[in-house]
Amino acid sequence: MSAVILGVHAARKAFGGLVAVNDVSFEVRQGELLGLIGPNGSGKTTMLNLISGALKPTTGEIALEGERISGLSAHRIARKGVARTFQLVRVLPSMSAAQNVMAGAVFGRRRLWGEAALHLSHELLERVGLKGRGDMPVGAMTYIDQKRVELARALASDPRVLLLDEWLAGLNPSELKIGIALIEQVNREGRTIIMVEHVMDAIRSLCGRCVVMSSGVKIAEGGVDETLSNPEVIRAYLGDDDA
Amino acid sequence: MTRLSQKEIAIGVAAILFLALAAMLPFVDQGYYLSLAVNITLYAALCTAWTLFSGPTHYVSLATAAFFGLGTYAVALWVDVLPFPLLVGFGAVAAGALAALVGVATLRLSGVYFVIFTLGLAELVRQIVTWAQGKFTTRMGLYVFTDLREMHIYWMLLALTALVFLTGWLINRSRLGFAMRIIGDDETVARHSGIDTAKAKIALFVISGAFIGIAGAICAPRYGYIQATTAFNPMTSFLVVIMALLGGTKRLWGPIVGVIPFVILMDFITVRFSNYMPIAMGLSFLAIVFLLPQGVTGRLEQVWNRLQSRRTAKPAAEKAA
Repeated sequence: MSAVILGVHAARKAFGGLVAVNDVSFEVRQGELLGLIGPNGSGKTTMLNLISGALKPTTGEIALEGERISGLSAHRIARKGVARTFQLVRVLPSMSAAQNVMAGAVFGRRRLWGEAALHLSHELLERVGLKGRGDMPVGAMTYIDQKRVELARALASDPRVLLLDEWLAGLNPSELKIGIALIEQVNREGRTIIMVEHVMDAIRSLCGRCVVMSSGVKIAEGGVDETLSNPEVIRAYLGDDDA
Repeated sequence: MTRLSQKEIAIGVAAILFLALAAMLPFVDQGYYLSLAVNITLYAALCTAWTLFSGPTHYVSLATAAFFGLGTYAVALWVDVLPFPLLVGFGAVAAGALAALVGVATLRLSGVYFVIFTLGLAELVRQIVTWAQGKFTTRMGLYVFTDLREMHIYWMLLALTALVFLTGWLINRSRLGFAMRIIGDDETVARHSGIDTAKAKIALFVISGAFIGIAGAICAPRYGYIQATTAFNPMTSFLVVIMALLGGTKRLWGPIVGVIPFVILMDFITVRFSNYMPIAMGLSFLAIVFLLPQGVTGRLEQVWNRLQSRRTAKPAAEKAA
């Protein structure tokens, strides 16, 4: 089994009296694609925010390759190799697709500049299916293409862990197929991915393992099929009657 | 990114020619036009320096008067004992240091709070200087006697403006400039891409503040007699904002487009209707915000883009027909 790359140890985030993430622990191994699922408001996005440094945990620790990253500012964590996409797609509206991707290449773990950064951007745009559209302003792109740009930007930083926050949400069925294939391809290249997702088909076809959260607590963890048939997980999603 | 394009070389050559031409002015006229040109170059330097920071970040700073005044006082305090160029350096360092302090304390604040803080800061510095003068000296002002004449000040301001432009151009080509554009677009994305947003903003605020301090130092001999009320005049801060917004803050050369007509207009109003100056300023501010929110250059760019898209759309439509 490959080495643990990201360890979350009893991470807790409280907003006043509301505990959004309640002492959650799990580990992610090198090259793994972990699904982080749960009903709305269960604390998944907060968990991603804790890992990426958008929020600091109230207690607990998060470590990247054994080195503590919780408590560091978001830009430090990004430079150490945690890249993310956002639940509502966030592109840089005044720039072209290639410049968007360059943001990751220039300021992420690779820290490229000039020709090298531009070259990498075009290469990554090609890989996510936007060949030859680097000079297009992102504002003129469709939703899925903007998501592709966002993914390419995250990949440009050469992340050790890639966080996808509902990257597949809002895509139509044919786009969904493309999206799933793309994530699979990225994972096959050896990229470690944590994905928060509601699209169960995607979780089933992509993830080797998943962590289920409900009301801020981790209620299940393990292989996808066994976890999704776990009565407690069904109860969390559908209520008592269906469990 | 690193090599110069043909267009950049052409712009560079044109800029140098224009600069050389502008530097000839004192040989043609030493009176009214020179004095008007001094005002134009002064505000060109101030507004461009202001835009270095406020353009990409959209943080409206009203601390211009504080930086300017510090520069002026750096010269006024020691002009009798130290050489002038050294004092200009002092002015830059003092203003830059103040900018760093303000940056560390406030750049985490958003929008409105930053505006109010910078306005308050300029007032605070002015009050402290006035208080210190009353407490430790018997005079209300300081005399600055030098051999520098209007034309020397003009040349120095011209050189400063060129330096501000050069710095702005270099920043735009650098990682810092790219970081600022990302921050201006989306600060959250910037942070998660690995940009130390606070550090980038402070660095730019310091550079901008230092240039404004230098402008203040250069202007000290022009005033001759320095008082806190004139050196730290809040009007300077407001005028800089108005002119920069009139020109447009998205491009490096945007502010200068606003500075030239506005200084001429201001001069006209001060001469003919000096009592109505505040009204004219208020009206022009309203007019800019309502009619030209992107500034003249932003407006021109819009029109240009519309023409371009029409031109590309037409052949396509013809082909379709």
